[in-house]
Amino acid sequence: MTRRMLGRLANPQLLALVGVLLINWLLFPSFFRVTWQDGRLFGSVIDVLNRGAPVAILSIGMVGVIATKGVDLSVGAVMAVAGAVAASLVVAGYPAPVAVIAALLVGLLCGLWNGFLVAVLDIQPIVATLVLMVAGRGIAQLITQGFIVTFNDPLLIFIGTGSFLGLPMATVIALVLLVLVTLLVRKTAIGLFIEAVGVNRAAASLAGIRSRMLLILVYALSGLCAAIAGIIVAGDIRGADANNAGLWLELDAILAVVIGGTSLLGGRFSVPLAVVGALIIQAMNTGILVSGFPPEFNLIVKAGMIILILLIQSPLATRIAPRRPQRARIGVQRTAK
Amino acid sequence: MSETGYVLEARGVVKVFGNHVALDKVNFGLMPGEVHALLGENGAGKSTLIKVLTGAYQPDGGEVLVESQPVTLNNPQHAQTYGIGTVYQEVNLLPNRSVAENLYLGHQPTRYGFVDRRRMERDARTVLARYGLDLDPGSELGTHSVAVQQIVAIARAVELSGKVLILDEPTASLDRNEVERLFDVVRSLKAQGLAVVFITHFLDQVFAIADRVTVLRNGRLIETRALTDVTRTDVVRLMLGKDISFSGATALEEARPAGEVLLDFRNYGRKRSVHPFNLTIHKGEVIGVAGLLGSGRTEMARIMFGADPADEGEVRVAGQKTAIDNPTDAISRGFGFCPEDRKAEGIFGELSVRENIVIALQGKLGWFSALNRDEQMEIAGRFGEAMDIRAASLDMPVKLLSGGNQQKVILSRWLATDPAFLILDEPTRGIDVGAHAEIVRTINRLRDEGLALVVISSELDEVVAYSSRIVVMRDREMVAELHGENINPGVIVQAIASNQTGASA
Repeated sequence: MTRRMLGRLANPQLLALVGVLLINWLLFPSFFRVTWQDGRLFGSVIDVLNRGAPVAILSIGMVGVIATKGVDLSVGAVMAVAGAVAASLVVAGYPAPVAVIAALLVGLLCGLWNGFLVAVLDIQPIVATLVLMVAGRGIAQLITQGFIVTFNDPLLIFIGTGSFLGLPMATVIALVLLVLVTLLVRKTAIGLFIEAVGVNRAAASLAGIRSRMLLILVYALSGLCAAIAGIIVAGDIRGADANNAGLWLELDAILAVVIGGTSLLGGRFSVPLAVVGALIIQAMNTGILVSGFPPEFNLIVKAGMIILILLIQSPLATRIAPRRPQRARIGVQRTAK
Repeated sequence: MSETGYVLEARGVVKVFGNHVALDKVNFGLMPGEVHALLGENGAGKSTLIKVLTGAYQPDGGEVLVESQPVTLNNPQHAQTYGIGTVYQEVNLLPNRSVAENLYLGHQPTRYGFVDRRRMERDARTVLARYGLDLDPGSELGTHSVAVQQIVAIARAVELSGKVLILDEPTASLDRNEVERLFDVVRSLKAQGLAVVFITHFLDQVFAIADRVTVLRNGRLIETRALTDVTRTDVVRLMLGKDISFSGATALEEARPAGEVLLDFRNYGRKRSVHPFNLTIHKGEVIGVAGLLGSGRTEMARIMFGADPADEGEVRVAGQKTAIDNPTDAISRGFGFCPEDRKAEGIFGELSVRENIVIALQGKLGWFSALNRDEQMEIAGRFGEAMDIRAASLDMPVKLLSGGNQQKVILSRWLATDPAFLILDEPTRGIDVGAHAEIVRTINRLRDEGLALVVISSELDEVVAYSSRIVVMRDREMVAELHGENINPGVIVQAIASNQTGASA
């Protein structure tokens, strides 16, 4: 059992994360220095965890969608909508909890809309979610009436910038969400069904799986996760920016899921590894920032690293260096039975 | 080399895929000015033979001769230079380009290095006129009917090659008038001395247009005959490989007392799929379903299972009138269904053997009462062992197993749900002998345990051996129900081939 746990830890994603962190440490020796100040932790590593949280949260929602052979392009725009809703409501004098719940409901509604288009109307996911990707930002602009709505509400600011047990609030939320969603998909049959629908929807339907409900669920979850990320980002800058909140983050989230080993063709997925993928992306961003590289290099270096990580996971690499010795596993199975 | 008069000939052609022999020393000769029908069930080797004759595949043995000269055809384009053209079931032209462009794609007439559109359309008009088509060559191909598109495809193939025309199921999506129109074109080409190979599943059409017929079965040449001296029954018998003299041990089954009625389908049918049928199924009974491909066998199975819901008639399960509108309904009433196309509709290739086995049971249990890993291992192990699934590990992806083992996995999947009624569509197609025997054994065992089964199969020997009753499908209609003495291959073949309903009784 412990060997299996260790085996699980030795996957390319965690190795890549360790690699990126080590490179950061070589370029910036105090990368791992963490200090305690004003009742919370500070340091570059903590910064990675904090800054990486929104994309990590998006990827928690995105991974289920991609596992069903879909994609959700609207999450960045949904972040903007949720932020706009929360900010506008507190500015209009509503209590913060009401604003937060309203923003979450709006995100959920956006996800249900996507799910409706994909599962009921059978529109291709990339097109279906493109609708809200474009319209969402427009909706957010309508809600904020074209301005950046700033606020001073302590609860929203706490969600964006506060801390809990020394850790940034965003990190704590991402962690809780990671645990909840992982339990939701792995302690129920939902994870298996998602993979079955992603691998072969026709066979899934003949095996009695209600794939329509399942698709609506995964898109709804993605919308909800986007709303959570949107509230965090709004709280962080103390305002809702309809034009820039969450801009292009859908692409980072998709990338995080892919780095996390889930194929865009659907099937096998892992929520924790998608989060690791998000952390790898953020570790690279932070690393380039703190190591004093000219920021112009930022995107190039990032692209190079991503190619390298995807190469490690590619079928080509598996052929050159097989990761799982099949024969060893047979022995384990036989004795287990 | 002796002169045979064949314009295109395959001599002792062998084609092997992995350890599967797709063509085993097949001889096939094509005379100029004949329409030659090529028949066989799925997997008989028709398309492999065509691909060898058109250069898409290279034979592993034997040779291809064009006008008695051995040739090596590198690819279909190369075959075209020898005068061999092919038209496939799906029109593979460009629907959004003009008719003329489709006719001349790749060899447009040019002027000063540019396409001479005017000449191309003028030439196209004369070519189309020869095929009885009076249409604007500049119009978009996609705006015309499939039949017209097929004729354009034929015109293109003939203009490019001119000696041999291979038609691979050209009539599959045409209605009766359109088929007639296509046949007029084929007849006029034949009169011009063209050799035509015609592949189809429709016997009527074979007898309407072909001069000779070649039947393939399991990669072997069965026979080439002139159609003037064969009957429909002969052809069906050749395709299914049954001798009328076969005497199965069928008396045994007759003695078995029928159990209580489990299912009763009354006028059950679906528009444009299967005509309404009546069928009563008892516990402990195997209903064999016979019929050629495209006869509505699979459609009937899908309607029973709710994969395509019925829109007429009613079904009673254990006396209770119920609605089966989707597979979930069917499964909750104890149904199970092993589809014909294992890969596309049966297995989840990337998922493990274990997950493939438990998935239907888990589907029945719902989202929130998940089987944990140990329970899954136990269930998969138990049913895997009972079915003798040969897998290195229950955790390996099911796509790595052989076809026979995959089929056993799907059967195990349904057995795990503790079903009362199983529908098996071609459960033994394309699997090895060992797995074949295991599946037949399982069918017998399940019947003895009191399950009701519907088994669709092209293997008449097999159907006869385990069926308590046999229903015969033809033209999407249930045309006969055979009992007792009549459960023998000869009667079945006659029922499949006969032209009018009730002739088999």
